[in-house]
Amino acid sequence: MTLTPLSYRVVDRRDETHDTVTLVLDPAADALKPFAPGQFAMLYAFGVGEIPVSVSRLADGHRLTHTVRAVGAVSRALCGLRIGGWVGVRGPFGTAWDSAAAHGNDLLVIAGGIGLAPLRPLVDAVMAEPHAFGRLNVLAGSRTPADLLYQDEFPAWEKPFAAVTVDRPANGWTGRVGVVTTLLHEARFTPSDTVAFVCGPEVMMRATARALIHQGVRPDRIRVSLERNMRCATGHCGHCQLGPLLLCRDGPVVGYDQAEPLLTVREL
Amino acid sequence: MTPHPGGPPGEGVLAALAAEHRGRLMALARDVALPGGTRIFEEGEKADRFWIIRSGTVALDVHMPGRGRVVVETIGAGSLLGWSWLCPPRQWHLAAETRDPVRAWEFDAAAVHDLCAEDTALGLSLVTVVAETIGDRLRATRTRLLDLYGPPGPQGSGPVP
Repeated sequence: MTLTPLSYRVVDRRDETHDTVTLVLDPAADALKPFAPGQFAMLYAFGVGEIPVSVSRLADGHRLTHTVRAVGAVSRALCGLRIGGWVGVRGPFGTAWDSAAAHGNDLLVIAGGIGLAPLRPLVDAVMAEPHAFGRLNVLAGSRTPADLLYQDEFPAWEKPFAAVTVDRPANGWTGRVGVVTTLLHEARFTPSDTVAFVCGPEVMMRATARALIHQGVRPDRIRVSLERNMRCATGHCGHCQLGPLLLCRDGPVVGYDQAEPLLTVREL
Repeated sequence: MTPHPGGPPGEGVLAALAAEHRGRLMALARDVALPGGTRIFEEGEKADRFWIIRSGTVALDVHMPGRGRVVVETIGAGSLLGWSWLCPPRQWHLAAETRDPVRAWEFDAAAVHDLCAEDTALGLSLVTVVAETIGDRLRATRTRLLDLYGPPGPQGSGPVP
């Protein structure tokens, strides 16, 4: 089942930035099992290839939402799909953001670039049951203001706490400038009672995790999402192996206590 | 990273000092309130003061011919504003402007120099705190040089999907 893509049709698409598109997919017939926040699907652009893409929103029923950034042949083909277009989908794959483990704790959701996409379903889930958690903080770093995803959703996230910083401000930008860890100074959390969910480039996740640990957050309470070249997504081909982990099966979400020693190993 | 957590706004840098040292330093502090849009200092001017921000945000900028002022970083509550006063030639490397109303502790650099000369243990603690801030900003700048959020590719860390 998981090796055979099912046909899904693009029922909505939205240009998030100049190179990033959100696709909403409905099954043509059979549907995949429900996804959890942080899990991913293998999206197959017919005749081009297949890539892993996390779900960026969960919906009732079998509808899937994925945010894709055009950086290579497959992702460009997916971003080029119009409403009514077809895509092959396998999944759900991988580990999820285990929000249940964060019940009663403050939450830090820290994203870099398109890393905000896999974290959005987690934010949705937490906001749907606010009394189960402590204080929610959504912190996002972006290359430029124009690259920031889901800008129209930030006002809702600011009610708990949300902040954005950019590396390269454009004219007229009045927000923060600098690395995403600088936003930790403004976040509202008690380090000993905090669970952090971090997604972005590996260097950004390492720097963020180190800053969090320095502030008193335990490494096993920091979750990161790791990426490697995934092919089968079922733990057989080994393309996504990172030390003892097959990231399609044992990841992409892992605890930083497990990930930290692996992130400093040079790739084979 | 510069210590910030847990303490009230404005105490981030100060929290790294021992209580005795903090007390002696704070005896030199002046509480200032700066409206949004205030130019605090300009590049090349004499660096004779520094600040510890209690609330609000300050943007550090560089003037670029043809592009005007380019903000390179913003800093907020608990942060040290200004370290050029510590090292020759004691001139500001950047300019600073408040993004919104800012409350800060302002310190006269000459008075702090004198205090550090008189109490070398305090001087070492303060220089360590300033060095930590400089290190933070150096690491942050190096990270940003990697252009982490840019598209992956030959210079990126992952495969091109």
